[in-house]
Amino acid sequence: MAYYDWFFDGLGLRTWCDGAEKTGSMSMAELMAKAKGTSVETPWWDVPFPSLDNLHKACGSIARSVDMTSGVEEAFLYIKGGLKAVLDPITEPLSWLLDGSLALFVGMPWWLLIPILLAGTYYASRNVGVTIFVAISFLFLAFIDHYSYSIETLSIIFVCTVLCILLGVPIGIAMSKNDTLQRMTIPVLDMLQTLPAFVYLIPLIFLFSVTESKLYGIAIIMYAIVPVIRLTDLGIRLVDKDVIEAADAFGMTNRQKLFGVEIPLAMPNIMAGVNQTIMMALATVVIASLVSAPGLGTLVLRGIRNLELGVGLVSGFGIVLLAVILDRVSKASLARINTTQRG
Amino acid sequence: MTDKKLKVVIRDLYKIFGPDPESVLDHARNGMSKTDLLEQHGHVLGLRDINVDMADGEITVIMGLSGSGKSTLIRHLNRLIDPTGGEILVDGTDVLAFSEEKLRELRQLTMSMVFQKFALLPHRSIVQNAGMAPRVRGESDAEADAEAQKWLDRVGLGGYENHYPHQLSGGMQQRVGIARALTSNSPIMLMDEAFSALDPLIRTDMQDLLLELQKDLHKTIIFITHDLDEALKLADHLVILKDGAIVQQGEPQHILLNPNDPYIEDFVSDINRARVLKVRSIMAPLGSANRDNTFGEVDGDSTLEGVIAQSGGDTTHNYLVVKDGEPIGVLDMKDLVRALVPRTASEQGIRGQASAA
Ligand SMILES: Nc1ncnc2c1ncn2[C@@H]1O[C@H](COP(=O)(O)OP(=O)(O)O)[C@@H](O)[C@H]1O
Ligand SMILES: [Mg+2]
Repeated sequence: MAYYDWFFDGLGLRTWCDGAEKTGSMSMAELMAKAKGTSVETPWWDVPFPSLDNLHKACGSIARSVDMTSGVEEAFLYIKGGLKAVLDPITEPLSWLLDGSLALFVGMPWWLLIPILLAGTYYASRNVGVTIFVAISFLFLAFIDHYSYSIETLSIIFVCTVLCILLGVPIGIAMSKNDTLQRMTIPVLDMLQTLPAFVYLIPLIFLFSVTESKLYGIAIIMYAIVPVIRLTDLGIRLVDKDVIEAADAFGMTNRQKLFGVEIPLAMPNIMAGVNQTIMMALATVVIASLVSAPGLGTLVLRGIRNLELGVGLVSGFGIVLLAVILDRVSKASLARINTTQRG
Repeated sequence: MTDKKLKVVIRDLYKIFGPDPESVLDHARNGMSKTDLLEQHGHVLGLRDINVDMADGEITVIMGLSGSGKSTLIRHLNRLIDPTGGEILVDGTDVLAFSEEKLRELRQLTMSMVFQKFALLPHRSIVQNAGMAPRVRGESDAEADAEAQKWLDRVGLGGYENHYPHQLSGGMQQRVGIARALTSNSPIMLMDEAFSALDPLIRTDMQDLLLELQKDLHKTIIFITHDLDEALKLADHLVILKDGAIVQQGEPQHILLNPNDPYIEDFVSDINRARVLKVRSIMAPLGSANRDNTFGEVDGDSTLEGVIAQSGGDTTHNYLVVKDGEPIGVLDMKDLVRALVPRTASEQGIRGQASAA
């Protein structure tokens, strides 16, 4: 009947195959074949690939790929309870942070928040040009009534970037000190970075409810933490061996060496990682509006859903502006660090 | 030479690089060559059977071509590298037995180091760099800065304390390196090709600076160089390394006059002997020599160049050699002229004539 019958007959597995009842729905092809009630000789160029579905036709005991995907789903749902019990309390503070920061940023009057942001910009970059650019951009966003959306986006990026740094820098340092750890971590980082952000949203939606802020927080952090880890590891490994030797020769402890030599000398690389982390957080926060992240992304989403071209384009422009601001400010502070430590 | 206090003593030191150095240590002990050890056992022989006594308050210079193991040797003294076999005694104590803690103490208090590539902290100011040792020991910033400032002034860098390393020339950066080592007030100073990265004129300045400091400080200095002129200028005790083993060691003037290996003869043949050799090294002792009709007095520590200038090129006279006013020997100008030609060069000259004939 099916092409691979000979294989299972040959192996003497016929009884095992027929022992299993067919369950679940029949595929369209099966129904068609049943309706025709014929089995045509398969020409040699039509030999089917021995996939799960094709083998299933010959042997009922082989699972179909539909069964496989539902198996994965069941397995996931099976561990979900345990996973949720562990992850929920651990990640709860993330929700508080995101919500708290949002409430703080949005609740603050504009005439207070904008000067604070500008002061922060100047402090980080020590660059008047960049500060003026940021001032004009914010006034413009406020003028076209995108102020609160931009601030929401900024608040999320702020919280996620800070957490990425707090988690990523120690991980990067640990990797730089331990080759085995580095070898084990790099594939994970590669995976986190190559998976599209949509893909981690899927299990997260099942784990947590869509209304919780940590859902998008985790998605953003998983995606954006990669560069800061990588560049911290790289930066520490690239610290001048002669300077490390000098530190050893003068009897520094590992701690003195880490904080007095390695981290300061790795700072340009770490800051380059932070810059990329910020940019990736911005990219993800837009996608995360699919799972209720507030901010400019919701406007883009509205533009797409309702075909409101103007809304989509203007908010897209707002995102670009925010991206340029964040990039300029972090690059300017990077440049400032670089000039103080040219070798 | 006999009753000098020994500060650092190295005994039977071996260093082998590779996956399992212990396993081939016996081969190295039995004299297997560096190439054989690499080809047959895949290990690099770093140092072989090193025995050196370093006297308190003297400059011991370790000289050799690049790759001869100089850096490896000096890094054993503060255990930046651990040996495969042997002993290292500092003030009579075996530093190989030290715990992490004791070792850090040794590095903080007893030994300081100056590096070929300066190795200053680029993000710290000059005074902070110079004050690295007291800061590492946990002294207050004010104390560290005061001590650092004192030594910066001493090496001629007063006024640069708030600059950053990249704002200074190579020679000035190395002065900071020296100030940093001096600020630690350690009795032992390790200098790994400290002047090799500098221009010749600046290098001479730095050598003079080091000798001048040493006149007051009497530190035990272990100085590495690949430059014989530098070695002869600085060394009280000269150790010549080749392929990880010592080929000759001793008083520099003695090595210059009695090289015991073609490798050293090669080194020695290129230098300006008149400027390096001292009168006391080639004079005849008082007893044997003819003290009559000496033409004048010369100091035992003056160079041959100085005597040639004094004699106006006249080679017919004898001079009385004095030290601190006391006569110690007699210098025959003919001996002086003979000493100007290295032994190998004169032999080669004879051989050259023979083959031409
Ligand atoms: N970590 C190491 N592993 C293997 N070989 C080494 C290592 N360090 C030094 N060597 C070898 O030891 C020899 C001496 O090196 P080094 O002490 O740096 O020489 P120098 O300072 O005289 O130029 C060289 O042949 C070098 O290749
Ligand atoms: Mg070297």
